[in-house]
Amino acid sequence: MDTQNISGSNEGAVVDPAKRSMLLAALYVAQEQTGYLTGDAVHQVAKRLGLTDSEVYSTASFYTLFRMKPVGRHVIQVCEGLSCYLNDGAERVVEYVGAKLGIRPGETTSDGMFTLETVQCLASCGTAPAMRVNDRLYENLSPASIDDILERLMGEV
Amino acid sequence: MAQHQPVLLANVNRPDSEKIATYLRYGGYDALRKALKMPPETIIAEVKASGLRGRGGAGFPTGVKWDFMPKDAPVKYLAVNTDEGEPGTFKDRLIVERDPHSILEGVIISAYAIGAHRAFVYIRGEFFLGVKRWIKAISDAYQHGFLGRDILGSGFDLDVSVHRGAGAYICGEETAMLESLEGKRGVPRAKPPYPAQKGMWNKPTLVQNVETLANIPHIILRGAKWHSDIGTEKSKGLKIFCVSGHVNRPGNYELPLGTRLKEIIYEHAGGVRMGRGIKAIIPGGASTPIISAEMVSTPMAFETLQAAGTALGTGAVIVMDETTDMVEVVRRITRFFVHESCGNCLPCRVGGKRMLEHLEKLAAGTGSKQDIEDLEYLAGGIRGRTFCPMGTGMVEPVLSALRLFRDEFVKRV
Repeated sequence: MDTQNISGSNEGAVVDPAKRSMLLAALYVAQEQTGYLTGDAVHQVAKRLGLTDSEVYSTASFYTLFRMKPVGRHVIQVCEGLSCYLNDGAERVVEYVGAKLGIRPGETTSDGMFTLETVQCLASCGTAPAMRVNDRLYENLSPASIDDILERLMGEV
Repeated sequence: MAQHQPVLLANVNRPDSEKIATYLRYGGYDALRKALKMPPETIIAEVKASGLRGRGGAGFPTGVKWDFMPKDAPVKYLAVNTDEGEPGTFKDRLIVERDPHSILEGVIISAYAIGAHRAFVYIRGEFFLGVKRWIKAISDAYQHGFLGRDILGSGFDLDVSVHRGAGAYICGEETAMLESLEGKRGVPRAKPPYPAQKGMWNKPTLVQNVETLANIPHIILRGAKWHSDIGTEKSKGLKIFCVSGHVNRPGNYELPLGTRLKEIIYEHAGGVRMGRGIKAIIPGGASTPIISAEMVSTPMAFETLQAAGTALGTGAVIVMDETTDMVEVVRRITRFFVHESCGNCLPCRVGGKRMLEHLEKLAAGTGSKQDIEDLEYLAGGIRGRTFCPMGTGMVEPVLSALRLFRDEFVKRV
C-alpha cells in the first residue's frame, strides 16, 4: 500500500496524530482483499482507527472508487466525458464492450470475469477515447484495440 | 510573438524522463541548491515579481498566496493538488507521470519559502501510474538528500507523503481536498477562514496546483524577470494548454499566456478535422462558459478571456466542429456536474438534477418550450447561490449555450 511505501522511506517523519487521515488508505487496503468493502472490513477499519462503522460507511460511500458490492475479476471503466464523446467514444465504446461481453453498464458477466462501468473524465482527453481496466489506462481506443485488450484478459489464467 | 522552447515540458519526451538520474542530468535540483542559499522572503518576493498566477483554475497570484501564510505560526503545511479532474484537462497527469521531480523540486522550494516542514501530496485515485511515480520520486529524493533532515546541509527539514483520493471531482476544490486529506467526505468548507489561516488540521496550509509548482524552479533559476517578460499584462509566463475534441493533433501545448486561440488550434493542434469549421469552443475546461467560433482571435489570458465573458480556467481547450450537437454537449457536461455534486447544498444537489431532467427531455426530442424556459430559470437561480464555485461552474455551460445556440434547443421541441 502506498502509505506504507512512503512511511518506509520516511523514517523520522512527523508522526501523524490524526488517525482519521489514514481512513482512505485503510479502505484501499481493505478493498484489495476482496474487491469490495464487506461489512466486516468496514468494522475492522473502524475499530483500528477508533471510528464508528457509520463514520466509515459515510466516508466510503462519498467516493466512487470504494465499492459496497462484489465486482468481477476485471473491472472495465469506460470514460463518458465530453472529449471521448467528440471522438466517437463514450457510449459507442460502452456498447461495443457490452455487446462483446453480453452485459450492460453496472453488470458483471455470469462467470465473474468482467464488470462494466461508466466513469467521468479520466484526464485522457488528448488521447480519447479512453477506458480503464483495473489499474491500467487504455487510450486512443478502436474496435481492434478493444478486441486485443479483451482477448488478452480472457486468456489470462 | 517570440518562439519559446518548452520549459515545463522540456523533459517529458526524454527516455526515462521520470527518473531522478535523468532529471539531474538536465540540471534538476540546481534551483533547489540556489533557493536554499536565499532568504525565504527573497524567494517570496521573487515569485511575486514573476507575476505567476495559479494554474489550477482560479488564477490567484502565487506569491501573494505565499505571503498570506503567517510568518510566526509554529506549524504550517503545504498541500499539493494533483486531483486533476476538470473535463478537458490532462496536463497535470502528464507532468506527474513523466516529470514528477520538476514538481517535487517546486514543492521543496515552496515549503522552504513559507516555512513548512511537512507536505501532503493529494492525487486522484484513478491516476494509478501517477501515484507510483510520485512515490518513487519522493523516495529517490530522500535518498539523494533533497528531502528529510537538513536538506543539502541547509538546516531545512521537509517530509512529504502521498495520499490517494478515491473518485470525487469536488476534491480538486482546495478545502474539499483538505477534508479528504483528513480522511473525511470531500465536502467544501466555508471560506473564510482560508487555508492560509486554517487548513489541514486547522493549521495554516498552502494549497498549490502541480503545474504552478513546476514553474517555481524555473523562476528561481532564470529570475522573476524572465517569467514576467513572457505573456500579457496580467497573465505572465508559459502555460500548458490541453487541446482536445475535433482537432487533428490533440495534445498538451506549452505556449506563452496570451497566445491566440486560433494559433493554438490551427498552428499547434493542426486545425479542425476534415477541414470543417468551428461551431463552439470551451476555452478553460468544462466549467468555463462556451464561446462561439467568432471568438477564435481571443488571446488565451486571464483578463482577455474574462473580457470575452468566459475564463482561462485550467487552459483546457475543447474544440467542437460545425456538426456538433450542442444540446447533447450541454446534457453531457451537466450530467458530469450532477454526478459530481457533493450534495451539501440544495441549489447544486437538486437544481442540477432538475436541469438535467429538462436537458434529457430536450436531447431525446420529447421536450417543450417550457423545458427551455425552466432550464434557463434554474440555471440563473443556481448561479452564485451555491456553497462553493462548482455550482456556478455547473450552470455556465448551460447559460452560455442557451445564449449562443438557442436555436438548436428550440429546434428540438
